[in-house]
Amino acid sequence: MLITTTKGDMEEALLEKREGSIDNDNELTTWVEYWDAGELVHRSAHVTLKKSFSPFVEVAPLG
Amino acid sequence: MSELMLGQHQLGTSTITSRTSLTSPTTDTVKAALYLASATLNASTTVYSATGEVSGTNYIAGGVTVTNGNTPASTNSSITAGVAYWTPSASIAYTTVTLSTSFDTVFLYNSTQSNKAISVHTFTAQTVVAGTFTILMPSNTTAAALIRFSTT
Repeated sequence: MLITTTKGDMEEALLEKREGSIDNDNELTTWVEYWDAGELVHRSAHVTLKKSFSPFVEVAPLG
Repeated sequence: MSELMLGQHQLGTSTITSRTSLTSPTTDTVKAALYLASATLNASTTVYSATGEVSGTNYIAGGVTVTNGNTPASTNSSITAGVAYWTPSASIAYTTVTLSTSFDTVFLYNSTQSNKAISVHTFTAQTVVAGTFTILMPSNTTAAALIRFSTT
């Protein structure tokens, strides 16, 4: 498989692949990096947001 | 309560842009911009600004258009309690970008209505190198939707 890198498309097999993730109350984030001879040539990240933007709306009682 | 998200009330002097037609109204365009970890965005942010926005290869200032195929919905548990909610109908993707400076915020805004703010969301700071940055959406439900208005 070809990977888009800072040096153009490169064969995945020629690169060192590193992966990681963060999973907490706010997000699930994963990323993948490809390194070529110690140089970072590709990094993608994917974030799933868990915590909503959720303002509280107050309804005042009448009277 | 979903009517709040649809903007169907005018409770003050209107500043919104006409939806073209009262009988065949249009849907506003929502955009998503990324901001540096050093930028200051919060609940008081009212409008899009390029200040603090990321820059880099293949990233266009202002961000990308958000797929807006979901109609706001609501569930009501009593006469005064309920939740209105809305989630973009597709992931937000920045494709083949290089963003070398750490960013940790996505800002949703309404580009049809003078770039007025919708919401600010933060995440662990990231960089991207010749890659794709994707924000995947939670389920569009009462409990998990990206934007919720709730009363109790």
